[in-house]
Amino acid sequence: MTTASPEKVDPGVQQDLTPDAIMLTDTPWVTVVWNDPVNLMSYVTFVFQKHFGYGKKKAEKLMMEVHEDGRSVVSSGTREEMERDVQAMHEYGLWATLSKAE
Amino acid sequence: MTSGFVRHRRSKRAIATFSVFEADLLRSLAAQLVELLHNESAVAATERDPLEALLDFSGPTTEPEDPVLRRLFPNAYRGDDEAAGEFRRYTEGALRDGKARAAASVIDVLEEAGLPPEPTDEDITIDVELDPETALVWMRSLTDLRLALGTRLEVEEGDEDYWYSLPDEDPRAQAHHIYEWLGFLQETLVAAVR
Repeated sequence: MTTASPEKVDPGVQQDLTPDAIMLTDTPWVTVVWNDPVNLMSYVTFVFQKHFGYGKKKAEKLMMEVHEDGRSVVSSGTREEMERDVQAMHEYGLWATLSKAE
Repeated sequence: MTSGFVRHRRSKRAIATFSVFEADLLRSLAAQLVELLHNESAVAATERDPLEALLDFSGPTTEPEDPVLRRLFPNAYRGDDEAAGEFRRYTEGALRDGKARAAASVIDVLEEAGLPPEPTDEDITIDVELDPETALVWMRSLTDLRLALGTRLEVEEGDEDYWYSLPDEDPRAQAHHIYEWLGFLQETLVAAVR
């Protein structure tokens, strides 16, 4: 178990929070999967179904976007959620990045 | 030659029969992957104060030098080195361990199925049965093996004609043949599991 530091900590940014800043923290993030010459189309579809729980149709559509457009946005959410998705994609051997939604 | 994985209807397992040569090849590829994952240390090996080293629980923050490792552990952020480094610090160690464990599990399954340490009898076959969980581990590891081999060979989309034009005795042609064989195994395994 742990306790907080007895020193008074100035939360700093707290007072400066403006509606704009609050909006910023809500900006959604996305996970992007990029095309690569190695991964099989069937496997990529399988991974989208398995990890995201997508139906076969949606998983195949995303896979085809990766294949034909070179990339596809496969999920969106908070930055932390997207970091977990990207890590999972790397576990599966897919090439994935996260970024702020455009 | 193996006809790949099929789904066993009653047990729902993915089953395959390998020649001893094929099983031995798969074991040696998986062993090489384990070695590669352990060889290039996840934390840059620099001379450090021993106490400082003990207190450093973090992982690496820069991309690996080996192109295969760079493909297995790509940057999670494009154009933001700081965020990419931070992500790497917290994830690369676990990713490396997971991939090494998966490859080790492939070796274990083959040996438990009767693959001897040094096969001498060419006529024995190795029957592999994968429950759904192990099948997933194999799928990930076959992917890692194909990424490793494909990166070394600098495989590109639609370059089949180039590979088929190489003479049979060219070692790159032979390595590409193994790469395609791994793809065939992967394809049959995905079909057997879904």
